[in-house]
Amino acid sequence: MPGSADYVIWFLGIILEASVIFCALRRKLFRRYFFLNLYVLLELLVSLGRFRVLAHEGLSSPTYRYFYFYSDALLTIALFFAVISLYMFVFEEMKVERYLRVGAILLLAGTSWFSYEVVNQSSHRMLTYFAFELSQNLYFVGLVLTFVLWGAILKLRETRAMVVQLVLSLGMYFSAFAASYSLSNLSPDIFQHLVYLVPAMGCLLPLSWAYSFWRVSDDARLTPARLAVIPR
Amino acid sequence: MMAAIIFVFSVAALLQFFVSYCRSLIAASVKHPLSVEVQDVTGIATSASGEDFARVIQLLRLCPDRPEDRGEIRAVGAYFGLLNFLQATLAKAVPSLLAWTETERGHCTYFAAVALDRRIAFSRDMLAQQIEI
Repeated sequence: MPGSADYVIWFLGIILEASVIFCALRRKLFRRYFFLNLYVLLELLVSLGRFRVLAHEGLSSPTYRYFYFYSDALLTIALFFAVISLYMFVFEEMKVERYLRVGAILLLAGTSWFSYEVVNQSSHRMLTYFAFELSQNLYFVGLVLTFVLWGAILKLRETRAMVVQLVLSLGMYFSAFAASYSLSNLSPDIFQHLVYLVPAMGCLLPLSWAYSFWRVSDDARLTPARLAVIPR
Repeated sequence: MMAAIIFVFSVAALLQFFVSYCRSLIAASVKHPLSVEVQDVTGIATSASGEDFARVIQLLRLCPDRPEDRGEIRAVGAYFGLLNFLQATLAKAVPSLLAWTETERGHCTYFAAVALDRRIAFSRDMLAQQIEI
């Protein structure tokens, strides 16, 4: 069973996810950032669902394991669409929504096909491994997409402070998870000592989004070129 | 090998996003003029030095806490720690990096001074409300 520290991080995550929804509704930003809020809402429901399954079935039960991996795949797909919705914001003046939508669906289909091919060659328990492989690959795609989006923000001189902060939070989240995934492969011994790091990192995204929705005005502007580490 | 490359790439990306995120938090405070009281207390008028950061943070802790700015002060504190680390290590070999870290540390201090200004204004409002009651 998880320890008390796990439960603390878990409940902190639930509170922060609920805060994002509350802040978005309160500031009337729920519809404007619909896919971001949809992802957080799903994350909240999944966290509550996982807690319920854990309480009834236990951590080592197959039900919990299946629920965990399938819900993780679902959340990663929702997060993928959240990233695409940020692309829509950044490129909205260029009127390329249709191409972005088609591109996103093709990218999702391509990643799913790649994950299927990987699993098809190495496993008999197709569906569970497919869900795991898909979410891992989509995380990496998400990191690359966010990096490209940040480049586009700098190049197109996107000035909306909220969009910039939402993208930067997402970038931190994806790169932190990619680093932890690679560290777990690179050195499992070191990773064992960082057992609370991954769930704690998961709390940072709702924390920074809640902050952006609550504190940053929708009209606030900043100069993104000044934010880049290498000055432009 | 592949895991090592991904690890290096992701840590570099994490640092890039973290630095930019902290700078976006600081950017909002750059144009905020400091009140005369805060200028007198901190000795900061228009530009600040990184050396004053710890002192301004100590002054901040003396004021009643504002839940709204707690998170951003922590994030900028972590950024300041990262800049100190860079200054003590890599910047010794790269002079341009030394100048950059010093400017950034100054911005962190100015951000803390603006937070102090807001906390003083907040305390004053609270006191005024209590007197009215």
